[in-house]
Amino acid sequence: MVARPAPAPVPGALADRPVRRDGPPPATEGDVWALLSQIPDPEIPVISITDLGIVREVALDGRAVRVAITPTYSGCPATFVIAIAVEAALLDAGLTPTVTSRIDPPWTTDWLTEAAREKLRRYGIAPPATRGPEACPHCGATTVTQVSRHGSTPCKAQWRCDACAEPFDYFKCH
Amino acid sequence: MSATDPRPPASQPAAELFEFLCRMGDNTLVLGHRLSEWCGTAPALEEDIATANTALDLIGQTQMWLGLAAETEGAGRSADDLAMTRDAWDFRNLLLVEQPNGDFGRTLMRSFLFDAWHRLMLERLTLSGDPRVAAIAAKAVKEVAYHADRSAELVVALGDGTEESHGRMQAALDRLWPYAGEMLADDAIDRAMAEAGIAPLPSALADPWEESVRTTLTRATLTVPEGAFAHRGGKDGARHSEHLGHMLTTMQWLQRAYPGARW
Ligand SMILES: [Zn+2]
Repeated sequence: MVARPAPAPVPGALADRPVRRDGPPPATEGDVWALLSQIPDPEIPVISITDLGIVREVALDGRAVRVAITPTYSGCPATFVIAIAVEAALLDAGLTPTVTSRIDPPWTTDWLTEAAREKLRRYGIAPPATRGPEACPHCGATTVTQVSRHGSTPCKAQWRCDACAEPFDYFKCH
Repeated sequence: MSATDPRPPASQPAAELFEFLCRMGDNTLVLGHRLSEWCGTAPALEEDIATANTALDLIGQTQMWLGLAAETEGAGRSADDLAMTRDAWDFRNLLLVEQPNGDFGRTLMRSFLFDAWHRLMLERLTLSGDPRVAAIAAKAVKEVAYHADRSAELVVALGDGTEESHGRMQAALDRLWPYAGEMLADDAIDRAMAEAGIAPLPSALADPWEESVRTTLTRATLTVPEGAFAHRGGKDGARHSEHLGHMLTTMQWLQRAYPGARW
């Protein structure tokens, strides 16, 4: 039999990796939130996971920290990557993390921060609004047309500006 | 990551609940896999992306339903074990969702008939007496409402489209209609779920389903076939069509060839 290559490392098995640590571990839950606010969304890196509103709870008890994350869409592949990034960041900070998934109450785009909406706009993604995109994120025109109800990731739809004719992503209201 | 937070009610019919959760999860798994078969080959780029995104939602929902099924069973199996190592007779999905894709029209018609039911079922499951079921339903229904809107929109566009598209959609409806009845028929598992306050009787969904589906089909200028014959045997596993086994050989190949493989 031909020898098969060793399996790839299992995500989540992070405990044995070398820890990068500068300074003392976070001492308050506020410090942990600040740390988490530095972790970018893997698919829209201009916004952080706290901007996205998916960190639902942080509970710090000495060096042990519990973080509850909610998925945006139930099949979003980024959820898994985010959980690994959170675990890695907390380990690097000298904490012992337990990362859990919490689906109740379900994520809604209402939890996007105002800062996140502005960052999306500047990045070229129209932020969610009840009646579809309010304006083209490129030129600001308000005459826009839906191209498709879905886009490159579960959270986006494809639209086009009637004024500048550029296509753009719209972060769907959810 | 660990499972969801809400706890189960003190007493519930565990064996029947396991069956019910497998029904929900196998529907989303099998339809999710079917839709993923279009990835890269759908007739238009936008539809390719939309179909793949829908498949992704359904697979995500599968992880929740089968995850809870595995937890309920308490036999040490995971959602992945249930998805990848059961054989056809242990699947509890509706016959409708295992039907092959056919052309894009038939794929859409299958989704349309299922999505309308799925949305109604999930809406009612958000009120389930089991908070874990209610939580999954509340998460899933937001996604499924989007699926149902899209498939209905496209059924109207293609039904009330060209002669060619109309003909294909009518043929799809004629072929798939006899598979719709299974969604609305009650059996012992359904009655146990209803008595426990966990899920509605499927028959309670029949009127709103018929109304919403017939309204859309009329707008699509399509004719609902006469006759009430309904194929049975999917959700109780008694008589799956041959198509499911063929699908599983593809879907489960990796775990069958390399048991326990992870990445
Ligand atoms: Zn523009």
